Amino acid sequence: MVTNSDTIIKIEHLSKAFGDKVVLDDINLDIRRGEFITLLGPSGCGKTTLLRMIAGFLKPDSGVILMEGNDISDVPPHRRPLNTVFQRYALFPHLNVYDNIAFGLKLNKVPAAEIESRVRKALKMVSMTDYEDRDVNSLSGGQQQRVAIARAIVNRPKVLLLDEPLAALDLKMRKDMQMELKQMHSELGITFIYVTHDQEEALTLSDTVVVMSDGQIQQIGSPIDIYNEPVNSFVADFIGESNILNGTMVRDREVEFIGHSFECVDEGFGNNAPVDVVVRPEDIYIIANAENAKFTGTVKSCIFKGVHYEMFVETDKGYELILQDYNAFDVDSTVGMFIKPSDIHVMHKERTCNTFEGKMLADNKVEILGAEFECENCAIAEGENIYANINFDRVELLDNKEDGIVMGEVVFILYKGNHYHLTVLTDDGEKIYVDTNDIWDKGDIVGISIAPSDLHITKRV
Amino acid sequence: MKVNIFSRRSSWALPYALFLAFFVALPLVLIVIFAFTNGAGEFSLENFKKFVVQPEAVNTFIYSIGIALVTTFLCILLGYPAAYILSNKNLNRSQTTVMLFILPMWINILVRTLATVALFDFAHIPLGEGALIFGMVYNFLPFMIYPIYNTLQKMDHSLIEAAEDLGAKPSTVFWKVTVPLSMPGITSGIMMVFMPTISTFAIAELLTMNNIKLFGTTIQENINNGMWNYGAALSLIMLVIIGITSLFSDSDAQSQNEGGII
Amino acid sequence: MKKFFAQSYLWLLLALLYAPIIIIAVFSFTEAKVLGNWTGFSTKLYTSLFSGGVRHSLLDAIENTFTIALVAAAASTILGSIAAIGIHNMRGRKRQAITFLNNIPMLNPDIITGISLFLLFVSLGVTQGYTTVVLAHIAFCTPYVVLSVMPRLQQMNPNIYEAALDLGATPFQALRKVIIPEIRPGMISGFILAFTLSIDDFAVTIFTIGNQGLETLSTYIYADARKGGLTPELRPLSTIIFVTVLLLLIVINVRARRAARKQENI
Repeated sequence: MVTNSDTIIKIEHLSKAFGDKVVLDDINLDIRRGEFITLLGPSGCGKTTLLRMIAGFLKPDSGVILMEGNDISDVPPHRRPLNTVFQRYALFPHLNVYDNIAFGLKLNKVPAAEIESRVRKALKMVSMTDYEDRDVNSLSGGQQQRVAIARAIVNRPKVLLLDEPLAALDLKMRKDMQMELKQMHSELGITFIYVTHDQEEALTLSDTVVVMSDGQIQQIGSPIDIYNEPVNSFVADFIGESNILNGTMVRDREVEFIGHSFECVDEGFGNNAPVDVVVRPEDIYIIANAENAKFTGTVKSCIFKGVHYEMFVETDKGYELILQDYNAFDVDSTVGMFIKPSDIHVMHKERTCNTFEGKMLADNKVEILGAEFECENCAIAEGENIYANINFDRVELLDNKEDGIVMGEVVFILYKGNHYHLTVLTDDGEKIYVDTNDIWDKGDIVGISIAPSDLHITKRV
Repeated sequence: MKVNIFSRRSSWALPYALFLAFFVALPLVLIVIFAFTNGAGEFSLENFKKFVVQPEAVNTFIYSIGIALVTTFLCILLGYPAAYILSNKNLNRSQTTVMLFILPMWINILVRTLATVALFDFAHIPLGEGALIFGMVYNFLPFMIYPIYNTLQKMDHSLIEAAEDLGAKPSTVFWKVTVPLSMPGITSGIMMVFMPTISTFAIAELLTMNNIKLFGTTIQENINNGMWNYGAALSLIMLVIIGITSLFSDSDAQSQNEGGII
Repeated sequence: MKKFFAQSYLWLLLALLYAPIIIIAVFSFTEAKVLGNWTGFSTKLYTSLFSGGVRHSLLDAIENTFTIALVAAAASTILGSIAAIGIHNMRGRKRQAITFLNNIPMLNPDIITGISLFLLFVSLGVTQGYTTVVLAHIAFCTPYVVLSVMPRLQQMNPNIYEAALDLGATPFQALRKVIIPEIRPGMISGFILAFTLSIDDFAVTIFTIGNQGLETLSTYIYADARKGGLTPELRPLSTIIFVTVLLLLIVINVRARRAARKQENI
């Protein structure tokens, strides 16, 4: 499908902040000519901002966008050779279908006869022939989206930007349009840059998926790579269902997790290194005979999902795993399980404890996270810069937000088989990671407190 | 995440901002300056002293407030039932009737007043206090009906059904649900009636053959006779009264005011 | 039964409200100098109103009223529409400040607006006349234009401006070909509103018109009525004003209702 592998758009060190909030943080990305590339991530991850910068609606704070080798950062949107399909269609309500599509061609003073033939061709491409004279307000959502696509492609842009174009459509219509978009992409042969928060849509449509979170690119790769080889627990959690577990790389090709040692194919992590392990639910094999299995467990629930059954199993060592199988197993029955070495995916841990920069206020007081925390006496002088380290499981979260020393919002929750790994955003904008057995919801406002003995202070130079 | 791409276009409001500063803010500042200075341009409180010591001005002031209160009260008394009937689908379905009630709001107040004078003439009713109050009510009734009608119209009908469902009698529903819920409309109506009645000047003159003087007329006469500083001080007093009145109406009522007819 | 009483109340109130206007309208078709005397049907008052022979100054006043309204409404519409686009794109304090200032002329009693502008003009030493009246009218009309245009901007899909740029329109072309067509109904409503308010105004005009002999309809009627006479020609004039306002209002309401229906259909 990708006919030419040279780069059409090159993004270098692109950053953008709105006020204090950094929405894009040093983005680097190469987009090849003719490829279907998708920017994928949860809302607020910066994907739409990145698209709007490529379109020219926003100026980067720093960094450059090169198109075919030329810096286009200062080129206004109307002079960029690319067109956008907007999320809410953005058709001109006072113009009919024909005039909407002809809008760009008329501005470029294309001869009338050519406009006519190109508009008809574009309408044919989106299967909207005979709709020329219709009032755009009388069209259904799907039809409006087709007109919006026709309005963009009629100008023969080098790159087509699509900002969650299917988000407003119902499921059935979305599936149909996905196929049509894919078809259109191969017919037109132009580059598509697609923004979505729907991971399934991204995997279905794209040649390349760019997973974004918190203004940073987490992973770039083909849909298959992204699914099978997620680089970190965020990507693993965001793409598809998965079991994400704490593990230890005992040595090359041997990893320990859920209380068992497994053979794997990964090397080069060092010995006894803490790692994250990802196992997809369909990659855990389940058998009724527990004796020959690698490990055993008890079926806690079993739900029919159409093609397969989805089961939650509590393992012999007390971890909860999600797994899928074509066969149903009775709830409360004991089952045996095993995992193929190649299906165990080992990832570096991004961090093993919380580290904050701060300052000594007194012998037993430090300033971190914009507040005063008590700590145990240490031999560091008042006013010195310090690092404070706190283990994930030593951070205490409190229901009553006033009871904590600082307040925070739970922004991300990861289930790790036997505990939750939470990301809490403090009022100060710092992230604190918490391991807990308590159940919190995303968006909960919590009080955060840390016992003096759990603050490990080291000098910062 | 939503970013304003028109950001630079916010400067489009600049000409109007300057216009507002010069033709709205500055003139109001001038009222304050004139009110606190004497003819020679020196700071003084003599204008306010003059107001307090002249029984005539104070009496007119109190009399005007009285007339405004009576007018406002009568407007509520006559207007609320009308607004209620207009907004009730069981009692009135016609949009035209609503239009007919709103229409007089748009006719020149002098023309309407003259028409009232003509009516009194026609019916051989002498002009005086009675005529003044009638004329005021006649002039400002639509300004009371419209905001109340608007609130009742927008009111969630299921609240009434809920009250009935909970066993309230029709009269209880009216006093405990409908009236409290239409309070924003009533406050807005009070603003729209009380403020103009207290500030009118020509109407009283025409309706009473200049026999009864209202506060607005006093202000106008002073300005016309070159007593700018005193006139400004009286205007400021009126502004304060109006400011106090508008404190009673919440922002809800204000937005109703702004909604207008269109 | 309940409905009968309710309807009777409404119509009684309406009869009371309209009685003066109807009496004036009826007696505008007779020649009698004193209102209430019917001396047979005649359109003489109408012809004498427009012949100019009887009262030349009345015709002048009518002309002034309309030209002032036209100039003030046009200026308000341009100033207000541009301002609305600006305000729509403002955020935070600045927006609050300008919205607050914009509300003042609508909430202030006319007499205060009139006196405050009078003080401005005398402080500047400006001779009051046609220009000062027009400026004063722009001052109290523009807020209503801003208020008519703002909802159109708010309803507008914010992406359509970007879409126009994206399709190759310069910012100015995008304004002309996309934004203005979108807010045009609001601009027209604003213009009609400003025009009506200007024609209708008395309190602000009387304080800013000066003493150079300039008259508008309102000040003319006021001066005339103060003399104690109800000039017979005022009857046809009032009738004409009433009918004009009626027609304008019907136009505005039909437009609004059609727009509302169009919205519902989408």
